[in-house]
Amino acid sequence: MRTAATILRKDLRVELRTLETVPSMWLLAITTFVIFHFGLGRDTLRGQLAAGVLTVTLLFAGMLAINRLFVAEREQGGFDAFLLAPVDRTAMFFAKTGALFLFLVATEVVALPAFALLLAPPSLGSSLPAVLLFLALADLGVAVIGTFVSAIAVHTRARDLIGPILGLPLLLPALIATARGLAPLLVPGAGGSPPAKWLAVLALYDLVNALLAVGLFDFLLEE
Amino acid sequence: MTTHVRHLLGLTIATAVTVTAALVLVFFYAPLDANQGFVQKIFYIHVPLAIVSLVGYCLGGVFGIGYLRTGKRVWDMRSYCAIHMSLIFSVGGIIAGSIWAKASWGHWWLWSEPTLVSYLIVILLFCTYQPLRFSIEDPERQARYAAVFAVVAGAFVPINFIVVRLSVAYVHPRILNLQGGALPGSMKLTFYLSLLGVALLFATLMKYEMASKEMRIETRRLRRALLGEDAVRPLGRTASPS
Repeated sequence: MRTAATILRKDLRVELRTLETVPSMWLLAITTFVIFHFGLGRDTLRGQLAAGVLTVTLLFAGMLAINRLFVAEREQGGFDAFLLAPVDRTAMFFAKTGALFLFLVATEVVALPAFALLLAPPSLGSSLPAVLLFLALADLGVAVIGTFVSAIAVHTRARDLIGPILGLPLLLPALIATARGLAPLLVPGAGGSPPAKWLAVLALYDLVNALLAVGLFDFLLEE
Repeated sequence: MTTHVRHLLGLTIATAVTVTAALVLVFFYAPLDANQGFVQKIFYIHVPLAIVSLVGYCLGGVFGIGYLRTGKRVWDMRSYCAIHMSLIFSVGGIIAGSIWAKASWGHWWLWSEPTLVSYLIVILLFCTYQPLRFSIEDPERQARYAAVFAVVAGAFVPINFIVVRLSVAYVHPRILNLQGGALPGSMKLTFYLSLLGVALLFATLMKYEMASKEMRIETRRLRRALLGEDAVRPLGRTASPS
């Protein structure tokens, strides 16, 4: 765990100094909201449409981070150094999942107010905690699958292609659960209680994938 | 090198007999459906194709575990051939299903139908298997990454079906439920024989693919040994085990 914390601190420090990934995700998210405004021809969205636009935008912004996650390790020899060090390899998985999760949360800190300002139905205050709960679970799922996919894709020739085409189908169940679960929360005057069914589905999906990824991640780091 | 394909002749004969018998039952024994008429008979092809291909995907994952545990290339070959065959079977299954859907529901495609949608998602996921392999040059790394992908994707199949099923109210007829289904006996017999026939066909074709690939690898090895390294052109980049 100490190894994981060290790598995570390193990743966050690199991100703070270069400001490479998260600001791009902010820009992509806001631009996508503008695109949806014109593409759908609506000033405010509600219900399923609002949930879908929010989920898809965050997913595509997440794709940027997924593509970048291991690139520095690969290009600057981080993998080799890590493999030489006498540490548990799963630490790399936990560190990168943590970093990706924090990047996604940082994106939402900007993207969610932007969504509320630009597209969301008015008076959403009461359902905000439930929305945040859904997004946290969805971020966890994206972080797990994203780390896994990114670790595969970074060693391929066409890594910018392989990442999204592998990741999007694998993330579809999470997308379905999030979009369906958020829909009743994004109508004006919605109550605060989240749909329990979709919360359970998301949690189960996160759990299964996390177990699989922890079990299999070692094989992706061998030389 | 020993070949890993055995009983090919016996399996081929068994497949030919079963598939022929199943087709005879489909066309001459099974009764016409009261509502849908003759079109309903595509059910005996479509459903076995779908079931066998999904089992084949999961099998690819199981073989992938075999490769990761043992490191033997034959497991990679099995995993590759299982997923390759499943992809072919599932494209056949989704086309047959689309024809049936047009005939019985009046639409080529129904988004309100979770079985169709989750099947499409699974196909989309496994379509990335070949590009993934193709973009990794080192054969050993290719095999390892493909096995890891096969395990995760194999586990994804049931999860995906559960999630999509939850998301819509379904119109698809449930053939195999816990109460033994809603089919009359003659249809049930025909269906199970078709299922067996398609499963045997899957196994036979997979074994033929494995045999052909192993033969090609062995031929290359022998040519190398006989004619010298330079006489055999190096293999280009390939998605299949080599």
